Amino acid sequence: MSKRVGIEVSIAIAEAVGLARAEVIPAYPITPQTHIVEHLSEMVANGELDAEFVPVESEHAAMSCCCGSIAAGARTFTSTSSQGLALMSEILYIPSTMRLPIVMVVANRAMSAPISIWNDHQDVMVQRDTGWIQTFAENGQEAVDLTLHAFRVAEDRNVSLPMMVNIDGFTLSHVIEPIELPDQEEVDKFLPPFKPRYKLDPRRPITMGPVGIPEVYTEAKVAHDMAMKKAKRYILKAWDEFAEIFGRKYNPVESYRTEDAEILLVTMGSISETAMTAVDAMRDAGQKVGLLRIRLWRPFPGQEFRKAVGKAKVLAVVDRCLPPGALCGPVGAELRSLFYKIPGSPKIFSFVAGLGGRDVTVERFEEIVDKARAFAKKRPRELYEVIGVREK
Amino acid sequence: MIPEFEKFKGFKAKNLPKEEPLSSGHRGCQGCGEVLALRMVMKALGKDVIVCNATGCMEIITSPYPHTAWKVPWIHIAFENAASVASGVESARKVLARKGKIPKKHIDILAVGGDGATGDIGLQFISGAFERGHDFLYVCLDNEAYMNTGVQRSGCTPYGAMTTTSPPGKKSFGQVTWKKNVPAIAVAHNIPYVATASPAYFLDLMNKVKKAALVKGPAYVHIYAPCPTGWGSAGERSIEIARLAVETKVFPLYEVIEGRYIMSRKITKPKPVTEYFKGQRRFRHLDEEHIEYIQRRVDAEYEKLLRLAEMG
Repeated sequence: MSKRVGIEVSIAIAEAVGLARAEVIPAYPITPQTHIVEHLSEMVANGELDAEFVPVESEHAAMSCCCGSIAAGARTFTSTSSQGLALMSEILYIPSTMRLPIVMVVANRAMSAPISIWNDHQDVMVQRDTGWIQTFAENGQEAVDLTLHAFRVAEDRNVSLPMMVNIDGFTLSHVIEPIELPDQEEVDKFLPPFKPRYKLDPRRPITMGPVGIPEVYTEAKVAHDMAMKKAKRYILKAWDEFAEIFGRKYNPVESYRTEDAEILLVTMGSISETAMTAVDAMRDAGQKVGLLRIRLWRPFPGQEFRKAVGKAKVLAVVDRCLPPGALCGPVGAELRSLFYKIPGSPKIFSFVAGLGGRDVTVERFEEIVDKARAFAKKRPRELYEVIGVREK
Repeated sequence: MIPEFEKFKGFKAKNLPKEEPLSSGHRGCQGCGEVLALRMVMKALGKDVIVCNATGCMEIITSPYPHTAWKVPWIHIAFENAASVASGVESARKVLARKGKIPKKHIDILAVGGDGATGDIGLQFISGAFERGHDFLYVCLDNEAYMNTGVQRSGCTPYGAMTTTSPPGKKSFGQVTWKKNVPAIAVAHNIPYVATASPAYFLDLMNKVKKAALVKGPAYVHIYAPCPTGWGSAGERSIEIARLAVETKVFPLYEVIEGRYIMSRKITKPKPVTEYFKGQRRFRHLDEEHIEYIQRRVDAEYEKLLRLAEMG
C-alpha cells in the first residue's frame, strides 16, 4: 500500500526516482535542485538503490554522461536548475533527436544576471525548443507522480524521447507537503523495466549519432517532430494507466471553475494554487472567472486547450518569463498562435509576473483579471504587461 | 607492476589481428595519418569495444549517414564530451552487469578525440572522468590544429607553426606558444597508464593501446597524427614525418606506468629539427632565430623527460 507522509518535495522526488529503479544518475549540484540529488546519492550509498551515482564535474558533463548511459541501456535520471540547465543546453538537443529517453527534473530558477537562486520559468523556456517532452507540476504530489509518469512515457518504445519534469524551485522543491508515496509493487506494475530498441552492445553493433548530410537532416528533424506529436497519445494513455493504479488522474490541461466563465486565467506550475484561491474569491464576489492550468507544455496540447477554453471570451495568460524585445511571454505567444484567425476565439492578453522569486499573490491575480476585463473593452497599447513592478 | 599486463604477450608483426573494426571506404583525406592511427587503435582493441567519438575529422569521415565505417558499437554526441559519454557508458555497463542484465564479460570503452577535443574544449571533461576513476581509455589523435574546421590553431599546435588563426605576418611568426603538454596533465591525475605513440611505430602504438585497455581504471594514449591537408605536406610522407618527429625528439615516445616514466625509444643520435620541418608548409616561414629557439627548447624538453625516466 502507498503511504501518506509529510515529506520535503525534493526528497519525495528522489524517493520516486528510487521507486522507478533508476540505474545511472549523473548529477552536479545547483540550488535549488540539490536536495533531490543529495538524497539519491544517500540512497545509493546506503544500498537502498542499486544504481551508479556519477558525481560529474559540470551539468554539461551530467547531460553528456546521461547520453552515454541511456545509449548503453540503463535507466537514466538527472536533475538541474537555471544556469546548470543553460550549461546543458548544447547537449539537450542531441538525445531528443537521437531518441534517448533520459528523465530530468528541473527545479525552475531564474537566469542570471542579476544572479538569483529564486523561482521563475526563464530557465526552461530557453530550452523550450530542445525537443524534450515537458510537463509542469503544481504541487508536491504532482511532482512525484509526474516523475514516475516521465519514465513510463519517455521509455515507451512508441515515444522514445527524453522528458523534463518542471517543478518550481523552492516553492515546490523545498516545501514539506503531505505526499502519498506509492509502494514498490504498484510502481513496478506501472513501470516495466527499460528495454530500449537500440543500444550500444558489441553483440549487435550500431552507429549512433552519425553525420546528417543535407539529404537526411530535414528528415531526421521531421521524424523527431512527428514523434513529439505522436507522443501525446502515449502521454495521455500513461496518465490513464496511472489513474487506474494510483487513483490520481492527470490531464494535459486542467480546468478550475471554468463553467460559464467569461475570463480565464492561464497558468503553469505552482502559482496555479494561488490562482485557484483568487478564482474562489472572485467567484464569491460574483465574477465569472475560472482557471486553466497547462500541465503538458511540449508537445503542446492544442486540441485539449481549445476545448478547455469553451466559450470563454477572454484569456489572461500569466508567463513567468520575460523575453526582452519579444512580442510577449512564451505561453502568451503560443496561445495567440493557437487561436489565430479562428472564428469566435477569445481575446488573449499576456501578462508577465513572478520573476526571480517575486510572489504572485491573490491580489495580483485579481489585478490581472481586472486588467484583462478592461483590455477587452479598450485594446491595450502594449502586447503584454509586467505585473507588480515597483515604481520606486 | 600492473597485473593485467602479465598475460599480454604483445603484438608482433606475426600475430597482428586480422580484424578491422574500422573498415576502409571512409572519407579520409589522402595520406591521413590520423585515420591510419585510428585503424591501428581499433585493430589493437578488436571487436569487444564501445567507441565514444568526439566531433572532429574521424567522426565526420566515418559516419555520413546512411554509411558507417564502424563494425563495432559507436556513439557520437558532441565535440568536447567524449570522456563524459564514456563515463556514462561505463557506469551503465557496471550497473547492468551487477543486475545480471548484460553478460559480465569485459568490454573496452574507448573515448577518442582530436587535440582540440582533448586538450582544449574537452580538458575539463577528461579531467573529471580521470578523477572519478572510470575504467576506460582515452585516445587523443593529435594533428596539432583544428583540421576539421579548416586548420585553426589549438593548444597543441607547435611553436612557430602556421595555421589559419596563427598566420605568420609582419608582426608574427606563427603560433606564439609552446605545445601544451596534455600527457603530463593526464599524468597529474595519478591514473595508472599514460603513453605517447606514433603511427610510424605501429607495433609500439598497438601495444600501448592494448595496455591502456587492459589496465583497470582510466588510461590515456596521446598519438601523433600527421595531417597532410593541414600541414601542407605530401600525403605519401605522413609516416616518414611521424618517424622524423620521433627521431628529432620533437615527439618523444614514452609510457608512464603508475606515475613512473619509461622511455619507449631513447634517441641517442637525434636529427636536427630542420629535418623534421622539411616538406611541411606550416614551418616554411620560420627564420634561423626561431629554429634555433625551437631546437634548444626541444632538447631541453627531452632532457626533462629523460630525468623523469631516470627517477623511475
